[in-house]
Amino acid sequence: MNLNLLFHFGRYLTLMKTTFSKPEKFSMYWKETMRQMNDIGIGSLVIVGLIAIFIGAVTAVQFSDQLSGGLIPRYYIGYIVRDITIIELAPTITCLVLAGKVGSNMASELGGMRQKEHIDAMELMGVNTAAYLILPKLIAAVLIIPLLVSLAAIISIVGGYIAAVPFGQLTDPEYVRGVRSFFVPNYVLMMYVKAMVFAFILTTVSCYQGYYVTGGSIELGEASTQAVVYSDILILVADLVVAIALTG
Amino acid sequence: MIRAENIFKSFGETEVLKDISTTFEQGKTNVIIGKSGAGKTVLLKLLVGLFQPTAGNIWYDDINFNKLNKQELRSLRMEVGMLFQGNALFDSLTVEQNVRFPLDMFTNMTKKEKLDQVNYCLDRVTLAGSNDKYPSEISGGMQKRVGIARSIVLNPKYLFCDEPNSGLDPKTSIIIDKLIHDITVENNITTIINTHDMNSVMEIGDTIVLLNLGRVAWQGTKNEVLESENEVLQDFIFASPFLQKLRKAALNF
Repeated sequence: MNLNLLFHFGRYLTLMKTTFSKPEKFSMYWKETMRQMNDIGIGSLVIVGLIAIFIGAVTAVQFSDQLSGGLIPRYYIGYIVRDITIIELAPTITCLVLAGKVGSNMASELGGMRQKEHIDAMELMGVNTAAYLILPKLIAAVLIIPLLVSLAAIISIVGGYIAAVPFGQLTDPEYVRGVRSFFVPNYVLMMYVKAMVFAFILTTVSCYQGYYVTGGSIELGEASTQAVVYSDILILVADLVVAIALTG
Repeated sequence: MIRAENIFKSFGETEVLKDISTTFEQGKTNVIIGKSGAGKTVLLKLLVGLFQPTAGNIWYDDINFNKLNKQELRSLRMEVGMLFQGNALFDSLTVEQNVRFPLDMFTNMTKKEKLDQVNYCLDRVTLAGSNDKYPSEISGGMQKRVGIARSIVLNPKYLFCDEPNSGLDPKTSIIIDKLIHDITVENNITTIINTHDMNSVMEIGDTIVLLNLGRVAWQGTKNEVLESENEVLQDFIFASPFLQKLRKAALNF
């Protein structure tokens, strides 16, 4: 088991080393990066928006209920929704969802290319397939996922407002005051660091799973599942590590 | 010319190729034949560098293929074209984009020069005008021809074809065979075909290598096939009772 883990870790590092090689032709990588940005960014807008609005709404409703004793000012609900969204929920939940959507898609795409001999064909043409197939995805993800996370954070705060204010949990000025209170700019930095780290993890782990697929459709399905499972586990571990590193 | 020199290949405990030595000549269609599991595909993948031999050397003219560093290998590969059994066409790209891919990746040609080269290759495989079609919109035979067009677009010195006729009807197979043979002769390239199809072998096989249980069981030309008394060869070619009777009749005639 341990040897197996070491084998995969070593192979993952080797793949990363090959991935970060000089591109054969910059224009081809540029085109592919733009395509990936569109797939990851535009393709994930709806799901990210939907999840974000509910994250904010549920956080607002639940904290509103828990803080209903009167000891804590009502406007704190806005403050809590903002901070919990920026620090934790927007980057982590968004990236866990993207690991399922984008990560499994990457693993399936590369696995399918491996099985249909597309990767062999490119290798034989002299293409560095690890670089050409993985690097554009990685660059696109590391640039676009933080933007999606920013969007998720904004939508989540709006979601909190929609769930709390119209239904009388607190007033409009209270929520706005809460959202504007005790702002720590460093938390936004933390959100972006998390988003970039998680983007790196979900992309490289998923690509690794897909790139080395062997066998048939069952193995491809397994690789896609493993991409999501391992990405999610590593994202949660990285979440803790980044939190400790940036708050210590 | 490509030369395999005392090639051994093992996967774990299983020795798949044992002491393979043979030469594939330039300007000729060199055919590798053998039963399933004989090691044909492994030999082809060794020759193109998708596998590394356990022992032995592969020579591309006077270059030792196994001693090349990554950069040299990439340069040499630009002189190699390969037609895959499943075509390996990129589904999301059109016929034109598929054929143009190596040009986009490795050359600094202008758009017009690339288009001219793509159109020349598509015309060569009688697919002129199919530029905007996707692989899913064309037949298996047409996909093979697109595969051939892509494999020759960089004017390779070496062409490898893995089961070029698999899944094709006999008539289309003949067209594909003729195309490969003509391209080989016209461009004076070294072509290696891995096939089960005896029609192909007898039609275009200038030199033939028969593999059996991981060893070279016989090699010669197509003219020598019928006269050979090699049991493995006769067993392979005249596998059915019908063909055996036919051979007897031909020899008695």
